[in-house]
Amino acid sequence: MARKAGKATAHMGRTGTRVRRTLVLVATRKGAWLYHGDAARKTWRADGPHFLGHNVSHLVLDPRDGKTLLAAAKTGHLGPTIFRSTDLGKSWKEAARPPAFAKSADGKEGRSVDHTFWLAPGRAQDRDVWYAGTSPQGLFRSPDGGVTWGPYSIVNDDPQFREWMGTVQDGTPDGPKLHSIIVDPRDGRHLYIAMSGGGVHESTDGGRTWNTLIKGLDVVEGFGFDPAKPTFHDPHCVRLCPSNPDRLYQQNHCGIYRLDRPSDTWVRIGKSMPKEIGDIGFPMVVHPRDPDTAWVFPMDGTQVWPRTSPGGKPAAYVTRNGGKTWQRLDAGLPKSQAWWTVKRQCMAADACDPLALYVGNSGGELWTGREEGKRWSCIAQHLPEIYAVETAQL
Amino acid sequence: MKVLIPSALRSYTERGETEARGATLAALLVDLERQYPGIRFRMVDEQDRIRRHIRIFVNGEQARELEQPLGGNDEVIIVQALSGG
Repeated sequence: MARKAGKATAHMGRTGTRVRRTLVLVATRKGAWLYHGDAARKTWRADGPHFLGHNVSHLVLDPRDGKTLLAAAKTGHLGPTIFRSTDLGKSWKEAARPPAFAKSADGKEGRSVDHTFWLAPGRAQDRDVWYAGTSPQGLFRSPDGGVTWGPYSIVNDDPQFREWMGTVQDGTPDGPKLHSIIVDPRDGRHLYIAMSGGGVHESTDGGRTWNTLIKGLDVVEGFGFDPAKPTFHDPHCVRLCPSNPDRLYQQNHCGIYRLDRPSDTWVRIGKSMPKEIGDIGFPMVVHPRDPDTAWVFPMDGTQVWPRTSPGGKPAAYVTRNGGKTWQRLDAGLPKSQAWWTVKRQCMAADACDPLALYVGNSGGELWTGREEGKRWSCIAQHLPEIYAVETAQL
Repeated sequence: MKVLIPSALRSYTERGETEARGATLAALLVDLERQYPGIRFRMVDEQDRIRRHIRIFVNGEQARELEQPLGGNDEVIIVQALSGG
């Protein structure tokens, strides 16, 4: 998702710069919360729960107007929908037409959206345009701020894409997903999408045609999987650098990668991570102003894939040189017996200078890493399992 | 006819019982959607399948097809079925 570029001041400047406060948006398995930070980002006011009991996969504030919220939600019993708020969550209204696949022809088994997983606003100049990725894998677009949604491009029904998507058993445990919808800030027709499973894909004509972008990506070894087939690729999170839209980073099931366009070959930069930590994980965060800086939050990918913090010691890792070297950032985080799982949408950065990181874990804790991850402290405990963390500047 | 609404759907109806019309279950759901926009998709997916954790009973018998005929005096009960913790 293209993040809002530009520097946000965290406090009132001597020249009278308007205070921009940080809002952290937390989506969980049982509802959503908004955390309003003070100007220094030291104290936080919880606003929630919103939609208590709903599985909220993603909660995003529209960076173009600073007040419209979209929440992707379902419940254990009810089908998926999108809720909208135009007053920062004071009131909510359901989308008139949530994302749904086209009805299949008689006699054919059609797909149905289990949940909307990923919400992405369009470019600044494409006001009211939103994109959504669903489980099972589907791509949808709204032209009206999230009120109505329709299938977008050929992705949902193209036989080749359907083959790459596989069945529900070929995806992540809670359903295969289309995610990491990225719109090039220079060209609204230039899109990236990723599928778990199904690989990374790029369109330069607004979704009419697509090219696969999987060169250089490894696949799971030992099973004879063909790395040339998108089916065997599982990108966990792809990010584009706002300060250099020709650079992308990716946390993949099989390592950490960087891609510098126009090259179409990913470079595995995770090889320079410490061997005892490895380069497996879910989220990836890029710096809003420095394309050489990015963060990951490694998970244990050994043996049965525990997908917990290696050794029970949670830590972020940062690169300041495009992946040549990595530094551990764990000051303030638990030193032992902390078996966190941090999902792919659960780490974000704000736009302040210096920025802070925000991490949500499956144990319902929300943490912030001040000074670009150097000093960590807990914002909230005892929330439901956290599905997604986003930030906004108000 | 009388339709009983489960708690999970009362954000739409604002009550536990309502009235709707239709010669089939499909038509009844269309009438409910007309009265309470958005309610149908929460119960029935885009392929016209009743969702996994929704049950609909007509006069105490579980309805499995949307084309099931209905009579004017039938009682329809919509139930949110167990869906885990």
